[in-house]
Amino acid sequence: MWNGEIETLCREQMREIQTERLKSVVRRCYEKVPHYREAFDSFGVHPDDIRSLDDLVKLPFTCKNDLRDHYPFDLFAAPKRDIVRVHASSGTTGKPIAVGYTHADIELWAECVARSLACAGVTSDDIIQIAYGYGLFTGGLGLHYGAEKLGATVVPISGGNTKRQVMLMRDFGVTTLACTPSFGAYLAEEMKDSGIPEEDFKLRVGIFGAEPWSQSMRREIESKLNLCAIDIYGLTEILGPGVSCECPYQCGLHVFEDHFLPEIIDPDTEEPLPEGEIGELVFTTLTKEAAPVIRFRTRDLSRLYYEPCACGRTLVRMERILGRTDDMLIIRGVNVFPSQVEAVLLSVGDVDPHYQLIADRSARHMDDLEIRVEMSEALFNDEIRKIEDVEVHIRKEIESTLGISVKVKLVEPKTLPRSEGKAKRVVDRREL
Amino acid sequence: MKVKQVSIFLENRQGRLAAVTKALGSNEINIRAFSVADTADFGVVRLIVNDPNRACDILRANGFMVTMTDVLAVEVPDKPGGLAYILEILQKARLNIEYLYAFVEKRSDNALVIFRLEDIDTALKVFEENNVSLAPSQEVYQL
Repeated sequence: MWNGEIETLCREQMREIQTERLKSVVRRCYEKVPHYREAFDSFGVHPDDIRSLDDLVKLPFTCKNDLRDHYPFDLFAAPKRDIVRVHASSGTTGKPIAVGYTHADIELWAECVARSLACAGVTSDDIIQIAYGYGLFTGGLGLHYGAEKLGATVVPISGGNTKRQVMLMRDFGVTTLACTPSFGAYLAEEMKDSGIPEEDFKLRVGIFGAEPWSQSMRREIESKLNLCAIDIYGLTEILGPGVSCECPYQCGLHVFEDHFLPEIIDPDTEEPLPEGEIGELVFTTLTKEAAPVIRFRTRDLSRLYYEPCACGRTLVRMERILGRTDDMLIIRGVNVFPSQVEAVLLSVGDVDPHYQLIADRSARHMDDLEIRVEMSEALFNDEIRKIEDVEVHIRKEIESTLGISVKVKLVEPKTLPRSEGKAKRVVDRREL
Repeated sequence: MKVKQVSIFLENRQGRLAAVTKALGSNEINIRAFSVADTADFGVVRLIVNDPNRACDILRANGFMVTMTDVLAVEVPDKPGGLAYILEILQKARLNIEYLYAFVEKRSDNALVIFRLEDIDTALKVFEENNVSLAPSQEVYQL
């Protein structure tokens, strides 16, 4: 264990730490961030009212929209000169959300990722290939700092270039692979095609995250890559990867709850749910300086277990993500909202766009996104060439908004399903 | 004289073209000429019918995406070099053709060819200057 003392703390002591930290973060948010002061005031709650963890329910929730509305830096609780890094993720309408980190936040992040890696069984003797994208996306740099802190040998290869990935994996004797599950499965195919004998690879642990995946996909990746596949969880709004991570027992993700306080709520009534019940995961950051968040609604569905794990950790465990409460899709690690597609269609003159997003996983396990758009007056033309121009234009606009490649298919009017009120905008054919 | 052509968007799926012809047939719309242009995923069916306005209404009511376009029905001498002669006139006038297709039946000794041109008004003038005869729309619809 990276931090054995904290990771095996008895529940009572953990609650004490959390209570003190909660009181402090609530006060700091109230004093430093106008949005929180207004939200608390209009909710009729004051930092003085927060005396124990049970008082958490008195606080208002924070949604992704709140982060978007205060884009880029208006939710920061630290002065700008103390911010040493900014990461960003996509928002619901194409506008991203930005999250800042102070030196202490970067240190905290590295600590949580080091804990995660140690939890997964990675040690300073390991060589870790980080095939998450480096850049604004938190995956690459998040894993990087944690792996260095742990003392492992880091290969910061980032995503893409599968042939080179496979070559270096063999040449360097890489033991640990960190990437999205779909990219892991894709690499497995590439390794098979390379003709390199299986025994030339030294992989033993895979750190997979940023994307939902099924148990069957896990088993397939494990047998193809010949490693133990570990699920890591995190989100930019809270930190990035390292909010929670599995151990080799693979029975839920250990939440680093001394820094991130989890709750499960009923997404409709917003009431907290009892232990073991499935609901929406909500996080409050307890220690982050630059961008603390109070009761952030992740829209991810999960449940919590408080009994200690066979690995010895007493940290609360969350079940792997079971789904979403909204219609967000995660494609190749990128958040995709139907509203982003709608905005593009409106911009090309489609007044009442009918469309559908279909996510599928190809034979090579890469996630594909097909966008079906019903033909409308604005898009139709008697000439094939002009229709194709429209199709290409829509595809390029969507790709530039989402940052991933997509397929656009024009379909006949009234052929996409319409349900009462809200249309069935999203079909996920991946086995999750 | 311009002729109204009905164009329909169809997905490349079984039975779609049949659905169009069935909707028109059961409403007494007669198809005079047609062509299909397609890609891997979709196609556009272009029709010359006896009553283009009513055909559009019927097709829209049946859920099809339809548009109407102006085309020219050119009388082309039904002999070797007949079409070449017409195309040469257009080329000299630097008029671009988007597409063309022939009628299934012919009238008198001339074949009828439907032309969709980039600049239909200039084309009308050019044809007139070169004594190329165009079939009047009412006649085309009733062929």
